[in-house]
Amino acid sequence: MLQSGRRTISILEVSKLGCVRGDRRLFSGLDLQVSPGTFVQLTGPNGSGKTSLLRILCGLLPPAEGEIKWNGANIRALGEEYVASVTYMGHRHGVKDELSAIENLRVSNALNGVDVTTELAREVLEQMGLGGRESLPARLLSEGQRRRVALARLLVCNTKLWLLDEVMTSLDKGAVALVRSLIEKHLAREGMAIVATHQELVVSEGSTKRLELTT
Amino acid sequence: MLRWIVWRDLMLAWRRRSDMLSTVFFFVIVVSLFPLGIGPETQLLRTIAPGVVWVAALLASMLSLGRLFLNDYHDGTLEQLLLTPQPLFLVVLGKTLAHWIVAEVPLVVMAPLLGAQFDLSRETLWVLFTSLLVGTPVLSLIGSVGAALTLGLRGGGVLISILVLPLYIPALIFGAGAVEASIMGTSPSPHLSLLGAFAIVSLLLSPWASAAALRISIE
Repeated sequence: MLQSGRRTISILEVSKLGCVRGDRRLFSGLDLQVSPGTFVQLTGPNGSGKTSLLRILCGLLPPAEGEIKWNGANIRALGEEYVASVTYMGHRHGVKDELSAIENLRVSNALNGVDVTTELAREVLEQMGLGGRESLPARLLSEGQRRRVALARLLVCNTKLWLLDEVMTSLDKGAVALVRSLIEKHLAREGMAIVATHQELVVSEGSTKRLELTT
Repeated sequence: MLRWIVWRDLMLAWRRRSDMLSTVFFFVIVVSLFPLGIGPETQLLRTIAPGVVWVAALLASMLSLGRLFLNDYHDGTLEQLLLTPQPLFLVVLGKTLAHWIVAEVPLVVMAPLLGAQFDLSRETLWVLFTSLLVGTPVLSLIGSVGAALTLGLRGGGVLISILVLPLYIPALIFGAGAVEASIMGTSPSPHLSLLGAFAIVSLLLSPWASAAALRISIE
């Protein structure tokens, strides 16, 4: 919600958004403004449309009604320009089993136009607690470690808006703290994050909004 | 960008070599079974050779097409590919190119060796090689549309065959026709030119069609 009195320039504006999956209406009339440095915690029971909302926000799913504006322009019209400022991470983490952690990180970033050298990839994976395992094929890693490989992208991507869908699943306490600190750093750099989660996530930077979807 | 997609898919194929080998093995076995079943009737073998090799190539590509987008779809990398800041048809083109290199080029290379079992002359073997070289990109390109349309559907493998095999018919007619013309002693070039034209048309149209189909399948 816009704070009254002070004018905040909202970068992501969602108005009257509705989503229909099959013949079921998940939500409608959803309004949301996200300005730089805002953290949105998206909660709600299973099947309430958290994933659908995030997929609509990143452009994978067309909304049934309403529109999404980025800096005042519709994201459909912006196309690749919008995609370039968003990092979406789904609950399927998008890590290739046959590639090593380093290769996964380098390829996924190269496709997003960010060149990551092997040294940088090694350093980033070390930070994610994967030191010594960065050259193993990802299928030999545990579920939590694969999730960490996926999350390592957040350290090198240079995007404004993060859309994270249940990224805390199968992470241990240390990794959850790591994700929180990543989000805090991102918010401190005027970034925005919308995170769907069942766990309470308290960040000390920026302003926090809560958005609860109901069934 | 295109370079990275091709590199990635080639790397993945190399790490899963057994998939690639099964396609080539299928092609080799199917083509070799005909001379073994028919026996040493050279005239008959020469007559059926173009059709047999070409049909075997079509069926062999059916085996590999199902995997074109499926693995990426299951582990979530396809979503990530759709969200890269570049036109989706380039992503599709890169993946199709990698598919051609991995699944079709081995068939093109093997075909002259297998054709020798059908008592084909050296010039005819050369025409067979050329016709497959020009024609197999069509198989990858049109096949990618079918693979994108059937993504995530139950029984997708059967559906791809139903969708795609009829569209392969022009490639089959001109490809096998070129080899037949060479056996008859006439020039294969009209057939090859038409096959090339068909390849160019599918290069222009199918990446867009596949990209549109992928967007629908991923919803």
